Amino acid sequence: MKHFFLASILAGALALPAYAADYTIIAPANPGGGWDQTARSLQTVMQQEGISGNVQVQNVPGAGGTIGLAQFASQQKGNPNALLVGGYVMVGAILTNNSPVTLKDVEPIARLTGEYEAIVVPAASEIKTMADLVAALKKDPGSVSWAGGSAGGTDHIAVGLIAKAAGVDPTKINYIAYSGGGEALAAILGSQVTAGISGYGEFESQVKAGTLRLLAVSSAERIPGIDAPTLKESGVDVVVENWRMVAAAPGLTDEQKAAVSADIEKLAKSAGWQEVLKTKGWQDTYLAGDAFKEQLTKDIAATETVLKDIGLVK
Amino acid sequence: MGTFDFLLQGLLVAAQPMNLLYALIGVTLGTAVGVLPGIGPALTVALLLPVTYKLDPGGSLIMFAGIYYGGMYGGSTTSILLNTPGESSSIVTALEGNKMARAGRGGPALATAAIGSFVAGLIATLALAFIAPYIVKLALVFGPREYFALMVLAFVTVSSAFGDSTLRGLTSLFVGLTLACIGIDQLTGQTRLSFGVPDLLDGIEVTTLAVAMFAIGETLFIAAQGDRGPDKVEAVRGSVWMSAMDWARSWKPWLRGTFIGFPIGAMPAGGAEIGTFLSYAAEKRLTKHPEEFGNGAIEGVAGPEAANNASAAGTLVPLLTLGLPTTATAAIMLAGFQQYGLQPGPLLFATNPQLVWGLIASLLIANFMLLVLNLPLIGLWVRLLTIPKPWLYAGILLFATLGTIGANPSVFELGMLLAFGLLGYVMRVFGYPIAPVVVGLILGPLAEQQLRRALSISQGDITVLFTSPIAAVLLVIAALALIVPLILRARGRGEVLAQLAASED
Repeated sequence: MKHFFLASILAGALALPAYAADYTIIAPANPGGGWDQTARSLQTVMQQEGISGNVQVQNVPGAGGTIGLAQFASQQKGNPNALLVGGYVMVGAILTNNSPVTLKDVEPIARLTGEYEAIVVPAASEIKTMADLVAALKKDPGSVSWAGGSAGGTDHIAVGLIAKAAGVDPTKINYIAYSGGGEALAAILGSQVTAGISGYGEFESQVKAGTLRLLAVSSAERIPGIDAPTLKESGVDVVVENWRMVAAAPGLTDEQKAAVSADIEKLAKSAGWQEVLKTKGWQDTYLAGDAFKEQLTKDIAATETVLKDIGLVK
Repeated sequence: MGTFDFLLQGLLVAAQPMNLLYALIGVTLGTAVGVLPGIGPALTVALLLPVTYKLDPGGSLIMFAGIYYGGMYGGSTTSILLNTPGESSSIVTALEGNKMARAGRGGPALATAAIGSFVAGLIATLALAFIAPYIVKLALVFGPREYFALMVLAFVTVSSAFGDSTLRGLTSLFVGLTLACIGIDQLTGQTRLSFGVPDLLDGIEVTTLAVAMFAIGETLFIAAQGDRGPDKVEAVRGSVWMSAMDWARSWKPWLRGTFIGFPIGAMPAGGAEIGTFLSYAAEKRLTKHPEEFGNGAIEGVAGPEAANNASAAGTLVPLLTLGLPTTATAAIMLAGFQQYGLQPGPLLFATNPQLVWGLIASLLIANFMLLVLNLPLIGLWVRLLTIPKPWLYAGILLFATLGTIGANPSVFELGMLLAFGLLGYVMRVFGYPIAPVVVGLILGPLAEQQLRRALSISQGDITVLFTSPIAAVLLVIAALALIVPLILRARGRGEVLAQLAASED
């Protein structure tokens, strides 16, 4: 009887790690921004769905996520319980910052969501439509200041693309980098800058409250439930999607990788996650494994071209 | 229903026995984590977030509010008694508070910190309830140039307030500013002074520097003196409680600290530290006992402690009205709101008044509970100082190291702690003040980023820094703070010279 008791405890102890890993998710941006929201949504859903018993989120902000990326790659090496939230912004930031640590130094697991860029102005602004903004930009590119996320990130790239599509020299744009969408929001609301650009989710509550005017979104088609034209409709032929992904630490064994991938797949298919996507206005762009890695390589190459075109990378 | 009715209703919600229990757990935990350097309220709330998932929204938010305020209280205790700031916002408290503690006045120092925090928390929470929408409008007027002017004011007042020698103070400040340059530049993403060390990419952690300079440096200094050191620290001299004189000297700094801390906390790029710096500088300038500053002036504890609690309430203003978290703790509270499907923002006051007012009411209750919890403990805390010196300082070393490892488990971080401890020791030996180093590390990056943003928006036109009314006023105050003492000093010398001349007759 006693042996049986001991054996069952032992079996329980062995089975436990396989059942529920405690995850630490690094959000490489300031609280309030898109990656932070993604990390915190992951935290909530993972616990809610019983994928993990205890999930913590840690913010390591700055420089388009490359600070968080570098810290993650060095400090979490071989740790199967650490996850990093990242995305398209990081691809650009690595190139512009000439970051010594790249996405090759971590283990990308899956792309989870996508979000389109929104271009907003303060409600009191004289600029009423995207056409007004483009006209101002054509007249004097430097006089139009744009607030958005880190230098070289999606927001910055999108502004460069808009300038290029409007026939303005993209190297002349006046882009003010903030370490996250939250901090940029305060500058836009306070009319410190001409316009703001970031993911729609970061402006949503202000747009609904009428304190910000939404000029355009960067999707290919109009987004249901959002009352704004696309950039294309406004005469600016640009489509930008800011996708977000989750990566694991470098140096994991194949089994550990498989375990993390399985947890993420379970998360992505769960009802709780679908609910989050709906409330946050994120598109479901789940793509895992080698397919994702292939896509990532393509994205990195394409981004490099774009950044060179607009003069952000020499 | 008016604001007042909502607040009363909120108080009724918060005063339910279960909610009181949550508040009690919150403030106790908050005080405990505030005492530990490195482990802050943000981490605690983050750890508890999953635990509270099953609670009702009111209960868990009440607990978080308790932790938040408790952390602000707890941080001052180690600052005062052990010269080891638990949070970056209680660094200034260590300056005068620790001197008081060594002169046997640890009791009054802790009491003025606790009561000052209560008073500030009370006023600031009421301000949050009644004028949050107006304050946030004011805060949004602050753009890069206004922030830059505010930083200039902070630099000027702070650097003149530390130490007796301006040159030494400035030297220390520039050491701090140099340390602040380390890491990736936020605006261009270029690395600076990191020498290829990945651990330096994210710059130097403020709490690591503060704990190293204050606690480790101090310990080395005491150890180096051996038996030749000054006489044994007197644990208690006079009453443990505040005397009538202490009260008389404390109440004005409490109020001034509150009015400095609250609006700065409410600004999206304000933060709690700047308020404490400005409050300390203001008290030093306004005091009737300037000779006591640097040797344990009670005003220098009362003002900054009030300021850091007031700014804690202030940070809830942008959180509740804009959905904009400006501190890590506020961000996690935001996640707490989202967990229940609530989106803080301009509409929250309209869509979920019960919850907002419940939270504000529970802040009031947490504040009161903290006072009740902390005052009786003061007598116990000051006994820490009766521990024999070798044990006490060994304990401080252990405490500082554990706190640093707890916050960031890295060998490099520990190495930095020791290196900065040595720097702190050397600076002490040669009589350089250490607080300006920490101030430089905190204010340097803020000032630099805001200046560069302002110039970028204006396309390089420098006049923009002076043409905004708020920025202009702040810069004029800064200039006055710099020039007036010089004039006074010059005139004072003139009078003395005149007297000397007269006496020769």
